Amino acid sequence: MAEVKPRIKLDRKQAKKGDLVEVKALVSHVMETGLRKDASGNTIPRKILSSFSCTVNGKRVFSADFETAISANPYIQFRFRAEESGPVVLTWTDDDGTKIVGEESITVTG
Amino acid sequence: MQMALELHRRELLTLALGASAVGFVWSVLPRPALAAKNDAAELIKKFTGGRPASEARVRLDLPEIAENGNTVPMTISVESPMTEESYVTDVLVVADGNPRGGVVTFHFSPASGIAEVNTRIRLAETQNVIAVAKMNDGSVFTASKQVKVTIGGCGG
Repeated sequence: MAEVKPRIKLDRKQAKKGDLVEVKALVSHVMETGLRKDASGNTIPRKILSSFSCTVNGKRVFSADFETAISANPYIQFRFRAEESGPVVLTWTDDDGTKIVGEESITVTG
Repeated sequence: MQMALELHRRELLTLALGASAVGFVWSVLPRPALAAKNDAAELIKKFTGGRPASEARVRLDLPEIAENGNTVPMTISVESPMTEESYVTDVLVVADGNPRGGVVTFHFSPASGIAEVNTRIRLAETQNVIAVAKMNDGSVFTASKQVKVTIGGCGG
């Protein structure tokens, strides 16, 4: 499968300690439910991103378990409290174990 | 002739009474076969461990009418100070009319700062979406919303 590059946007690059930083992320994925059938009547096997997590400077701030009822090309928007500067790493894990990883960074002052 | 007719009428009356009594009992008894369309109720029970959830603190934003069930925007926010002492740990979202009940589970921590998240979900038909939030002290809160779906998602 071709390398998927997630689109990630933080609402700010620099934040004061304690500020809430908003993360918006979109990733291309079919999120195939395993319930649909193709033209010849065969079930299309399930293939979804089943988990998502976000770490800031190595600490997990938010995560989610997706089921088949999450739309194709999953979009997720959430916030975290700025505590320390460092990389903001977003990881999506496919049913088959492959990972899609995207990275931004945040600078925390004060 | 007259006699036969009367008897017939009486029989009918008895029959009707009997039928309505059966109907009454039928409506009072629980009907699990009709109530459960998917595993949504079981998922909630497993998530809460059977604790009753109060209808408070959870806000579930979904459109009244979704034209396209393949991508329905959903925002969930839970009122909480999100400190080490008091925070939201998990939020379960289920839909009672999809082929499968589960939609998504979110995991928060005090580092989240706020328990608010937005994503896009699939809804196969008009149904209720239910969010259940669990706090670090074990208490559970819930909110639900019906969404009318014009074109269903999740389907072949």
